[in-house]
Amino acid sequence: MYPSKFDYLAPETLEEALAVLAERGDEVKILAGGQSLIPMMKLRFAEPATLLDINRIPGLDAIDIQNGHVRVQALARHADVVRSAVIKEENDLMAGAAPWIADPIVRNLGTVCGSLAHHDPEGDWASVMLALDAEVVAVSKEGVTHFHPGADGTQHTGGTRVISIQDFLVDMFTTSLYPTELLTEVRVPRYERGGGNYQKLERKVGDYATVGVATHIELGDDDRITKAGIALTSVYAHNLKVTDAETALVGQAPSDELFAEAGRIASAACDPASDTRGSAEYKRHIVGLFTERSLAESLKIAQGGQS
Amino acid sequence: MNITVTVNGTAHTADVEPRLLLVDFIRTNLGLTGTHIGCDTTSCGVCTVLIDGTPVKTCTMFAVQANGRSVTTVEGLKQNGELSAIQQAFREHHGLQCGFCTPAMMLVGTALIEENPDPTEDDIRWAISGNLCRCTGYMNIVKSIEAAAETTREGASS
Repeated sequence: MYPSKFDYLAPETLEEALAVLAERGDEVKILAGGQSLIPMMKLRFAEPATLLDINRIPGLDAIDIQNGHVRVQALARHADVVRSAVIKEENDLMAGAAPWIADPIVRNLGTVCGSLAHHDPEGDWASVMLALDAEVVAVSKEGVTHFHPGADGTQHTGGTRVISIQDFLVDMFTTSLYPTELLTEVRVPRYERGGGNYQKLERKVGDYATVGVATHIELGDDDRITKAGIALTSVYAHNLKVTDAETALVGQAPSDELFAEAGRIASAACDPASDTRGSAEYKRHIVGLFTERSLAESLKIAQGGQS
Repeated sequence: MNITVTVNGTAHTADVEPRLLLVDFIRTNLGLTGTHIGCDTTSCGVCTVLIDGTPVKTCTMFAVQANGRSVTTVEGLKQNGELSAIQQAFREHHGLQCGFCTPAMMLVGTALIEENPDPTEDDIRWAISGNLCRCTGYMNIVKSIEAAAETTREGASS
């Protein structure tokens, strides 16, 4: 299978990349890992006139701590997250999810930010970031008027935008990114006493999740839950943040009954489709079970003092 | 577009279309047919090569992306006319049946041993989980990689 013809540009600075985007962003696709984009191009679901390869831009591959956040930059690969000492130390949910992304070879190229920008509704990272209340950073050339084609009259004059993950993920394969913007990083708040966990049911390595559940909780000095994040993969038209279940947890003392209640809320909130991976009824059952189980794991980590 | 890719230690320069897949550059332009094409959809892993030591699936990478990079294919495993530790181990432990997945399995095994000289069986099974063996001969593939790790460790300590 071969993609349609395209122009290939591989700039060596961010400025050059942003200039290309400012000039012809609406016909450009950005190539980071390419592990979703290239298959789509080969199937001709995507036929960009220009492919902008950002892999030769230095200083875009960090995983580090910046201003109270854990930062994952645009060229950090899934495999980098798996190996990162910073992630292992700082964020249990990300550390737990990373080894479940695709397969080990795909993880060597695919990127976290690329996965978010692509926004496949069955992607794992979007659920992780929804549960963690992440933010993404998008940059575009300054001093030029940028238009968003999807939202009537929406425009801005370039520079850096910080976007909450919920505002960023609009709908399946759709984000609030302007065609002239480059997503340079995703960042998640650090926490003192917390834990997170990702549960994924997959038929085989590399398959999409049959069901995925991301949870994150933080505990206060009185051992009550101060913050909770729950998001689901592959059981709705897009990754689903279960706000009602999160609200039910906050302010409460953690218990099996409480987590079972959160599981019931998540199970009721999802809307899975019956397909070759399982019936809707089965998936809905697993959502409840995984939510309960994942919260229990998150609590164990939070109580163990690991964060 | 003009690219220069070092493959198995030799620099190759070519004028290629940006949409040329790396696997076709290796097989058709360079004639190195040890790198196979299986599913063509990033699932089976038989097109795996090492780029700067890291396994990647070349059906899902353009040749232009490899410009200036160093590629190792199965043809590059042999050293000074001798089979490498992993090739020797696959031979001795019958780590292949039809041979279609073998080049990729050996390259992934090589990269694993480089990163983790003493892998457990579990480590090996995780490492090859992006590679399908259509004969389902995983037992002997795992044994072969275990044996190669052992001989590599012995070679390093002697």
